[in-house]
Amino acid sequence: MDIQTAVFYFLSAILIFASLRVITARNPIHAALHLILAFFTCGGIWALLQAEFLAIALILVYVGAVMVLFLFVVMMLDINIDKIRQGFWNYLPLGALVGMLMVMEMGLVLGSKYFQVAAADAMVPAGVSNTKEIGALMFSEYVYPFELASIVLLVGMIAAIVLTYRGPKKSKYTNPNQQVFVKAKDRMRVLQMPVEKD
Amino acid sequence: MDALMSFGQGIFGGAWPAVWTLLKIVLIVAPLMLSVAYLTWAERKVIGYMQVRIGPNRVGPWGLIQPIADGLKLLLKEIIVPGKANKAIFVIAPMLAIAPALAAWAVVPFTDTLVLANIDASLLYIMAITSMGVYGVILSGWASNSKYAFLGAMRSAAQMVSYEISMGFSLICILMVSNSLNLVDIVNVQNQGRFADMGLNFLSWNWLPLLPMFIVYLISGTAELNRAPFDVAEGESEIVAGFHVEYSGMAFAVFFLAEYANMILVAALTSLMFLGGWASPVGFLPDGIVWLLAKMSFILLLFLWFRATFPRYRYDQLMRLGWKVFLPICLIWLVVVGVWMMSPLNIWK
Repeated sequence: MDIQTAVFYFLSAILIFASLRVITARNPIHAALHLILAFFTCGGIWALLQAEFLAIALILVYVGAVMVLFLFVVMMLDINIDKIRQGFWNYLPLGALVGMLMVMEMGLVLGSKYFQVAAADAMVPAGVSNTKEIGALMFSEYVYPFELASIVLLVGMIAAIVLTYRGPKKSKYTNPNQQVFVKAKDRMRVLQMPVEKD
Repeated sequence: MDALMSFGQGIFGGAWPAVWTLLKIVLIVAPLMLSVAYLTWAERKVIGYMQVRIGPNRVGPWGLIQPIADGLKLLLKEIIVPGKANKAIFVIAPMLAIAPALAAWAVVPFTDTLVLANIDASLLYIMAITSMGVYGVILSGWASNSKYAFLGAMRSAAQMVSYEISMGFSLICILMVSNSLNLVDIVNVQNQGRFADMGLNFLSWNWLPLLPMFIVYLISGTAELNRAPFDVAEGESEIVAGFHVEYSGMAFAVFFLAEYANMILVAALTSLMFLGGWASPVGFLPDGIVWLLAKMSFILLLFLWFRATFPRYRYDQLMRLGWKVFLPICLIWLVVVGVWMMSPLNIWK
């Protein structure tokens, strides 16, 4: 067994363990932390496949940003585990069905001939920058889908703001622009007056 | 060098490359830890002089052994775990704080050949690794099961996520003008151009054409480090010590080490990306690691100076600066740089 295979099995073992703990951990924080570990290990496996841009992007976006906010929310929620565990057996058939469907779809995609790349083609020669290639492809051949995806994201952002914005608040607030331009003489007046003697 | 290689080969055989890499890691981490110790000394000394005090002056000449004494004291102190704390996460949190601070050094070049791993996407790697530093802070705050620690952690999480955006945008400008994600290339590109041909290297470095981004990066870097004036995460006057209020002894020291290691890292990155790295400022002097260290010391001095000068930002002012000032500046300057590069006035060919 060469070193790459050994590393692959090592990372895969961690990945499977972490993914299992995401759904079995009783403490939601522990589950979220195991999800972070799963993302990180997945990034390692992608790096092993010489997809360094995707690996780093996965860690940068999911571990560095998405999961931070996720953890942030989970920490502030008061989650009652026992209540969530109720009705596990009722939901099991439906969940199993969806799970089976996903496994089948993945099998179909991975098994089809369009996704098979010969091992010789998959090897990247030294000196070829993965990031540059992806960028060139994204902004030439796939520029319309790429722009479309960014518009969809923009719509999502605006929709989130519209859904959560409840109009201006009635509470008191400060105006930073005014605060910044305040001078000492606006707030304090120094008077000239003779000394008072009694 | 060859003699050393063959000597190692003789002793360790096939395991020599791994041993050699470990040795190189030690050669980076050991001086780093030493600089962290002496950065704390420098901080106390510099701020002392700025406030017309002498600073540490009892342990050794000029207080030079003070950081060692402090380290020994922290090493010998008991680590107290609060009763209702989540023990596992409480212990892991300081490790999660220091691991990214050290891991990022793997790709930092000291000269064009002196680098542990000269990878293509080193800038992306640094962004990914440093973005994980926030976990140590959040988890320590949550695991301590203490109000102040949790408040500090939440402040810090919001702050770090906000400032990472403007930091990322300034890095995008850098990689646009250097046409590379590799830190060695980024430094080399800075030493080309009209001013560099005239022997005035310091005018061709990125700080001048990208001046707004330089300032945004420096300030966002200070915010990302939770340093004054952005140290709301550990605002003594409001929340005691913020996220590490429940930590003692070596567990606290690890947070401290992580903060200072991160300071040195941001100083190194600023010097590499904006101040020409190891290049000498004028043509007739030779390049070398000395210049990089000098630039890093200057940036570190700025961090200490900021701390001695500015009062702490209020939380809402800090968020306003990140989202309403820096983000628009970055977006506009990104477009400006793009247009500039496409125009005949392009200076980065």
